[in-house]
Amino acid sequence: MEKNIIIDIKNLKKSFGDQKVLDGVTLQLHEKENLVVLGKSGSGKSVLIKCIVSLLKHDEGSIQVGDNELTDINEEDLIEVRKKIGFLFQGAALYDSMTVRENLTFALSRLKEEFSKEEVTTKIEEALANVSMPDSIDKMPSELSGGMKKRIGLARTLVVNPKIILYDEPTTGLDPITSDEISNLINDTKTKFNNSSIIITHDIKCVKTVADRIIMIKDGKVYKEGTLEEFTKDSDPYIKSFFK
Amino acid sequence: MSKKSLSYQNNKSLLSVIKEKGIAFFINVANVVDYLKNITRNLFSNKFEFQEFLKQCYQIGNKSVGLISITGIIIGLVLTIQSRPPLVEFGAVAMLPGMVAVSLIREMGPVITALICAGKIGSSMGAELGSMRVTEQIDAMEVSNTNPVNFLIIPRVLAATVMIPILTLYADAIGIFGSWLGVNIKDDVSLQLFITQAFKSVEFIDIIPAIIKSFFFGAVIGLVGCYKGFNAGRGTESVGIAANSAVVTASLLLIIVDLIAVQITDLL
Repeated sequence: MEKNIIIDIKNLKKSFGDQKVLDGVTLQLHEKENLVVLGKSGSGKSVLIKCIVSLLKHDEGSIQVGDNELTDINEEDLIEVRKKIGFLFQGAALYDSMTVRENLTFALSRLKEEFSKEEVTTKIEEALANVSMPDSIDKMPSELSGGMKKRIGLARTLVVNPKIILYDEPTTGLDPITSDEISNLINDTKTKFNNSSIIITHDIKCVKTVADRIIMIKDGKVYKEGTLEEFTKDSDPYIKSFFK
Repeated sequence: MSKKSLSYQNNKSLLSVIKEKGIAFFINVANVVDYLKNITRNLFSNKFEFQEFLKQCYQIGNKSVGLISITGIIIGLVLTIQSRPPLVEFGAVAMLPGMVAVSLIREMGPVITALICAGKIGSSMGAELGSMRVTEQIDAMEVSNTNPVNFLIIPRVLAATVMIPILTLYADAIGIFGSWLGVNIKDDVSLQLFITQAFKSVEFIDIIPAIIKSFFFGAVIGLVGCYKGFNAGRGTESVGIAANSAVVTASLLLIIVDLIAVQITDLL
């Protein structure tokens, strides 16, 4: 049975000056799906997900998130769209001047204003337990390792209970063991919260662990779309260079 | 290659350099106008981050008060020690407290305080926001439905605008105290008498323009520091560039604002 489409991107184009980064990307994210966007560095993967949350404005094409079309979206509707989407940044992007508790409280209070103080504390403790980091609640980001920061970043994303999570290179810069832990955490999150994710990566081990479907981007265009099995069996030298 | 063609090439590269610099200048001007427009628009929105404003006021005061205390005392001492000999020669040593007080209140206090704060606060704002830009913390804030202009820039600019005049008044007071210490190296004058003599020469017109201009100094420090940090590039070296550029640009603008303020005061 065909799953519901929750993000629908059509013919997306984005340039920086003369440099075309996205040149007509079309893709769909289905409900409860982990979609991996694969491509080499500088292929526009991060630009793509930044366009989905309107951190960058696309030049042409359309991005539909649920019922909202992002082209020329007004501020109120954009707030509603951002409430549905969680974003895990490459370096976790924890606020340096705030403790872990304050980082999570900030995200929660800005996106969901209806909670009491006690509810906020409960939700933060739950989110930290979900990423196995309950003891770091009063630590500063500077006291955490790269992997711990990624986990807290994920907790900050999960605390607002988003329907969609965008992961920007979640395993980059981590040792193989921590990378595996983060990849497993992505799968656990999907199982537990039934959310959909777009995972930007060029870490094949992570791709093999998390991907339900893969889209490969090359020169700003979708080069191939398919399942992990289709990609691993493909004889195209460019695809093979990723999966060797 | 002939001399003529070489000269043509040099001219061409010079022209293209001028063109590039010209374009970069106008882009910069457009960015500054956009930045000021953005601040003005958000300043009058109903989403004022009061807690963040208070936190920034505390940070600015806390960060600068020690440095300003030391500088204030030294400036007062130096002014007194340097001015005493010529005044003794003309038998006008009784004018020393008034002269020091007027020069501190009118010029030295506001300008020295502003320059110190440009170094201390301007660089810290540039580095902090620059680092937040590089590590995508500003993007994370936007994704959390927080307008970074409202949360990061406006509280900092307003805090600097409010705190610099307060720090200036403090620097004036500490400077006068330093001057009293300087006088007591050679003479024996009570603090009460010194202050009475000092404020005999100070008029309302000396204090008000100085305080007004220190509000502008504060705004300049906040605006420049935040602009440089907020518009820092993506690499880590951009953080250093932003901090350095914030200090240099703010210091230069402070001197220009002071010149304008002096001209306006002179007309009054």
